[in-house]
Amino acid sequence: MTVPLLEVHDLTIAFPAAWPVRNLSFSVAGGETVAIVGESGSGKSLTALALMRLLPGAARISSGRIDFVGQDLVTFSEPAMRKVRGARLAMIFQEPMTSLNPVLTIGAQIVDVLRLHENLSRRAARARAIELLDLVRVADPHRRIDDYPHRLSGGMRQRVMIAIAVACGPRLLIADEPTTALDVTIQAQVLDLLDGLRRDLGMGLLLITHDLSVVGQWADRVIVMYAGCKVEEGVPDVILHRPRHPYTEGLLAASPRTAEGSSYRDGLLREIRGSIASALGEQGCPFRPRCPKAAPACTLAPPPAVVVQPGHLAACPVLNPRQARDAVA
Amino acid sequence: MAAVVDMAETLAVPQEGRRRAFRAFLSNPAGVISLAFLLCAVALALAAPHLYPEDPLSMVARPFLWPGQNASYPLGTDSLGRDVAAGVVWGTRISLLVGFCAMALGISLGLLVGAVAGYFGGRVDDALVKFIEIFQTPPSFVLLVVLVAIAQPAISTVIVAIALVTWPTAARLVRAEFRSLREKDFVMAARGLGYGHARIIVREILPNALPPLIVSASVLVATAILMEAALSFLGLSDPNVVSWGSMIGAGRELLRTAWYLCAVPGVAIVLTVLALNLLGDALNDSLNPRVSAKR
Repeated sequence: MTVPLLEVHDLTIAFPAAWPVRNLSFSVAGGETVAIVGESGSGKSLTALALMRLLPGAARISSGRIDFVGQDLVTFSEPAMRKVRGARLAMIFQEPMTSLNPVLTIGAQIVDVLRLHENLSRRAARARAIELLDLVRVADPHRRIDDYPHRLSGGMRQRVMIAIAVACGPRLLIADEPTTALDVTIQAQVLDLLDGLRRDLGMGLLLITHDLSVVGQWADRVIVMYAGCKVEEGVPDVILHRPRHPYTEGLLAASPRTAEGSSYRDGLLREIRGSIASALGEQGCPFRPRCPKAAPACTLAPPPAVVVQPGHLAACPVLNPRQARDAVA
Repeated sequence: MAAVVDMAETLAVPQEGRRRAFRAFLSNPAGVISLAFLLCAVALALAAPHLYPEDPLSMVARPFLWPGQNASYPLGTDSLGRDVAAGVVWGTRISLLVGFCAMALGISLGLLVGAVAGYFGGRVDDALVKFIEIFQTPPSFVLLVVLVAIAQPAISTVIVAIALVTWPTAARLVRAEFRSLREKDFVMAARGLGYGHARIIVREILPNALPPLIVSASVLVATAILMEAALSFLGLSDPNVVSWGSMIGAGRELLRTAWYLCAVPGVAIVLTVLALNLLGDALNDSLNPRVSAKR
């Protein structure tokens, strides 16, 4: 196996009185698409911000390592981090409508980042910006480059955001809900674009989403998060069709799917009872209060992720009673 | 630093927004008339040495000529036989000079302090707000009089004193703008691209904060002109230059017999300040898309 591009070990993010992400470990290899799925509040966006070292004021990384191309980003100073951000590690934010500066042309915004990280002349940067707009399939880039963001549709703006993100050829691109704010018809185009760029530029792609339909088609590996913990990890085929963790099962049962026999027309969608807030301060498994299979062992300790079959991890004590007993002992 | 190099380019409001704002401005008659009036005033001020090459303080004719009495002195002469028209024209020069310089200085100071306080927040903000409040606690005109009394009564010190009294207004405005703008997604996106604080302040946030600042600038010019007039009226400004305020001050004792000595420079002040305020309103309407959309 190749050396992973990004390796996160035991990452814990702390607010003064809460731990929204706990002991999270995962890795992304070069050229690989890893999707993190979870509902709102599961800590997936905070994880992305932690990787960029852009956590909001009160939050901080309380423990863990973020090894990116062999260096631990947690130890980086802010000036050192500035050299990484936008250059080797880039991020696309959720809201394309508001993530572009309204008073600068899109060309100026692409040129800015090129000139900051690549030391290009103004003329060279502009030529490169036109190439980039072409790369993200903005029609008529020569004219579009001098447009202000409000002249562009949401999909176009997201393409421009992608152009800015990949301008300096990042090794890893983090896309935080890149399609949530877009029309369904545009979503597939944008994801196709990201997938193509990943292949052409050989970068890793960390896709953060709550949309399971996105996962099946575009991800190489899926990490399911619940209340700040990784509850299951595996290839999409396994996660979407043979999940082992009760939360993943519940999540799938609650999603309308087009596969035969599971359409919403065949019956009501099942909900997962309760809310994610009930995991606050939970002792053992964070999903226990809402779990249909909860057993006494679940209250004891946070369940470790167990390999249920090669390449498929799940963190549930019920799956492996012996493991749960070991954890107690 | 690259951020500073980019500044000039950044300060230009985007072309398209500018065109839209310009059209909206043209559709507002009060604004257009005010702007025309102010441009005339500026032209008059610039032309003063050609129109009245002589010192406006020199005695040129019989005292107490009423306006219209003698065609050579259309606005009459004062108690010492000085030409009122020459005084008004030279006074325009002083009033506009003091107004614009004090505004530029006050806005610069306010921009610097307000931007830093609003962008960084936290303790920096607390400290700077306290600092701003020091200047806001005493009544502003009393502070102005004290500042001028301490320093030499020259035009430059009057300008600095007025700027020191008015900059808190600009600082508070800029701070409020920066506080709301720093939370915007595009600022987060800029941080995600590795931009430093100076660059984000100057290139990303400042251009977005400019429209309200431009509007307040015109009102600050008017305030500065009024303050300068008040200082001159009290005889606290430079005694060697004619200004509208000093002309009113000199005519005050003759108000019952020769009221035009106060009225002529008074009208100049009223019209100029009114024009600046109307211009500010018109700019506010045209630079604020929400307001102009309603029209």
